[in-house]
Amino acid sequence: MFHQSTYFVGCVGLMIVGLYTMLTKKNLIKVIIGLSLFETGIYLLLVVVGYIQGATAPIFSRTTGSPAEMVDPTPQALVLTAIVIGVAVLALALSLTIRLHEHYGTLNLRKIRGLKW
Amino acid sequence: MRILISCVLLVILSLGLVFALEQAPFGSNQIDNADKPGRFYLNQGMEKTGAANVVTSVVVTYRGFDTLGEVTILFIAAIGLGAVFHSRKKVKRYEKEKQSASLILQTGCRFLFPLIVLFGTYVFIHGHLSPGGGFQGGVIIASAFLLLFLGCEEKKIPMKSMNTVESLAGIIFVGIGLAGLYWGESFLENFLPRGMDYMLLSGGVIPIIYIAIGFKVGAELAGIVAGLIERNP
Repeated sequence: MFHQSTYFVGCVGLMIVGLYTMLTKKNLIKVIIGLSLFETGIYLLLVVVGYIQGATAPIFSRTTGSPAEMVDPTPQALVLTAIVIGVAVLALALSLTIRLHEHYGTLNLRKIRGLKW
Repeated sequence: MRILISCVLLVILSLGLVFALEQAPFGSNQIDNADKPGRFYLNQGMEKTGAANVVTSVVVTYRGFDTLGEVTILFIAAIGLGAVFHSRKKVKRYEKEKQSASLILQTGCRFLFPLIVLFGTYVFIHGHLSPGGGFQGGVIIASAFLLLFLGCEEKKIPMKSMNTVESLAGIIFVGIGLAGLYWGESFLENFLPRGMDYMLLSGGVIPIIYIAIGFKVGAELAGIVAGLIERNP
């Protein structure tokens, strides 16, 4: 098995890669991809923090189901909410991108006025 | 210069995260105390709500109001998308040469569409018993419509009735909440009998709410996909 901190390193690494993409890329689509990666890192991090060694999914069934052997359901419910909102944000961002491309004819953030840093 | 500043910022952020995560080692039991909400949901959730899936009972019952807000956010995003695309008729459209889908895609989408819709329905009807739920099932159904947009161009999707389904599902969700206020004590309270554990008809209002959410999310995301695909706004 992996070393324990590998899971954290993966989640934080995904977040960092996403943020780096958002900060440095000039193409708007790539910025949105970075946003999506960053979100994914946060979801993974939340789920990993809720994990308990040796525990199962928080679903009861006829044969198994001891509450002591289940992982924390709260972060999973929160991540479920966050994923849906992430999809909504992604759809809205992509639609605005389409409109920007229709208006300016480019997706380069340096060429779109008012969006350079 | 930008890259340098970004790297410095990211190093600071990652160091902060590393020090924060040291407090919660991987796999440690953070909910050992009975006061913690996670432990409370696990111990009491099944008895109180009757839903075998604890995540579902948290999402629909304990945090039901939050879920209503979440559905509202998705609805507002769909409205915003419609508003962004509404005024684009004035803009000159790109004249793209139409290329019909390949034979595999055309045949496959006719064959797969009902199966995917059936699977999505299964996922959201069984949301209180097995992994899954209204959001997941709704997204699966929306993916079936995406396949339809890609493969079967001649099939028209009735967007009017999709909007009707979406509105009805939203009204049912809020109506169940208000019914809880009327027959129970609070908004979105579980006022129906619990039913037999591990059966389809268990958990009181949870399956009804999740079915409503499934229809709503499916119709909404299919609308979003239709809005993003240019030829069928």
